[in-house]
Amino acid sequence: MSQYQEKATVSRVEQLSAKNYRLTLDSPDISGAAKAGQFVMIRTGLAKDPLLRRPFSIHQTSANGQLQIYFKVVGRGTDMLARVKAGEIMSVFGPLGRGFRIKKNSPAIIIGGGLGIAPMLFLAKSICRLKTDCSNDHIILGGRERSEVEPLVNDFRQFGLRLGLATDDGSYGHQGYVTDLLKSLELHSEYTVYACGPEPMMARVYSICKSGSMQCQVSVESVMACGMGACLGCSRMTKKGTYTHVCLNGPVFNAEELIWNS
Amino acid sequence: MEFVDNREDIFPDLRVNIGSLEIANPVMTASGTFGYAREFENLMNLHRLGAVIVKGISLHPRPGNPPPRIVETACGMLNAIGLQNVGVDRFISEKMDYLAGLNIPVIVNILGDSLAEYREITERLVGVPGVAGIEVNISCPNVKKGGVAFGTDPSMAAAVTKAVKESADVPVMVKLSPNVSDITLVARAVEDGGADSISLINTLIGMAIDLKTRRPVLANVIGGLSGPAIKPVALRMVYQVASSVSIPVIGIGGIETTEDALEFLLAGASAIQIGTANFINPRVSEEIVEGISKYVVDEKLPSIRSIIGGLSINDG
Repeated sequence: MSQYQEKATVSRVEQLSAKNYRLTLDSPDISGAAKAGQFVMIRTGLAKDPLLRRPFSIHQTSANGQLQIYFKVVGRGTDMLARVKAGEIMSVFGPLGRGFRIKKNSPAIIIGGGLGIAPMLFLAKSICRLKTDCSNDHIILGGRERSEVEPLVNDFRQFGLRLGLATDDGSYGHQGYVTDLLKSLELHSEYTVYACGPEPMMARVYSICKSGSMQCQVSVESVMACGMGACLGCSRMTKKGTYTHVCLNGPVFNAEELIWNS
Repeated sequence: MEFVDNREDIFPDLRVNIGSLEIANPVMTASGTFGYAREFENLMNLHRLGAVIVKGISLHPRPGNPPPRIVETACGMLNAIGLQNVGVDRFISEKMDYLAGLNIPVIVNILGDSLAEYREITERLVGVPGVAGIEVNISCPNVKKGGVAFGTDPSMAAAVTKAVKESADVPVMVKLSPNVSDITLVARAVEDGGADSISLINTLIGMAIDLKTRRPVLANVIGGLSGPAIKPVALRMVYQVASSVSIPVIGIGGIETTEDALEFLLAGASAIQIGTANFINPRVSEEIVEGISKYVVDEKLPSIRSIIGGLSINDG
């Protein structure tokens, strides 16, 4: 398991909607080692404030050593990140954590909600590369409204998978939840469902998977200081009654290992 | 072709003495910020460290606090990890072999709820290969009983020191809490209790509130503040303690750069510990060793020891 602290040059900053951005970084060591579902810790500035790196799932990597993150401006760190310019150098640490465990012989349903869409592009790419037959695989993307989904759709179309789209307000695709679209599929226990999104979404996805005896992997979020198992800040309770750590044992977990509210 | 002028200034004298323990350079990693060292093996050269202080160990395993356990604050962070650790027996059987093989001094941070617990952990560590010292945590603010009282009451602090010292077969360093009105009273008490050295400061107790939910951010309500925000307080306390005891002092608190480390040495610290900065740059401690080395060469110092306590105070 190789991890790198890399000085990455920003090659592109795209504003995809009012608050959502995509950053492309030249980061050959990290992008070369990364697997779908893993994350990086990025220092948003070199000053003492904000102090900590921020965790971002890897949106996608490319063969020429580039790595992308997709994020929303929610606070000081992401606000600084949204203002970086092409050519600037950022300190990136990764790849970190355990990514998705792709089941080669199982048809896939990839579900991304809101910012949870971020790691799913890398996953869809990896699945299509690993599997010879993707004809039974699905991608479902959802968000509160159009701007959370539409800007990313073209990137997902390239794989030729069946694509379902949903927004809460109906401004784009199906009006409702990604779980409505999941339930509308002819589900059977052979499917593996890979999901990332808000906690209530993942809880509902898991409960559908559970009743359909489908395997379900989820990528969860947590605050963390180090991203590598030193601070122990990113604890999450498991069904066994012990804490697990999102940075080391996740961020991708088998949903059945975790406790879900509601 | 250019040749490097490689005389002894390539290997400047960085050795410092922490009582009977001589370490190769004054840079240590602080407990709770460096795991059990192995987490960092691919990210830095562990052999460059003066010493490694491992995650605090209790007699029995502790699960730690519910999340959220950390929150970033201005120039710092609050943590309420809750002393999560594997317990002394698993520490010895699972972690110590690797640590002993590093060939750098390993200092084991210990914590307990009672004098008997401190004594028992110390006894279990007697004779364990690779343990070069014990650091006694009497100051962690996160556990509701025990910890706080020991660190804030001079007589209790002395009693813990004595209990550990009586059982230990290695030098004992006592880590002080800054959450007291006069830290020199506690420092002198642990010196009288037999401590071989004193490290300070542990985290300052703090709090963060989420205005939207009107709730504390940390599930534990309060947590320990660390990072560059606390450096001035730490420097002041190191200066005060170094001026009032005769045993070596190890400075901790917000050290992120070589300059920070050198300031602590001037204030009277014989060595320093890097804490929160490990989270941001896992290689920072090695970089500070390199920086101190360069400083000794550039300033043509006979050794790094020559600046310890070298602060000039003009009373005029």
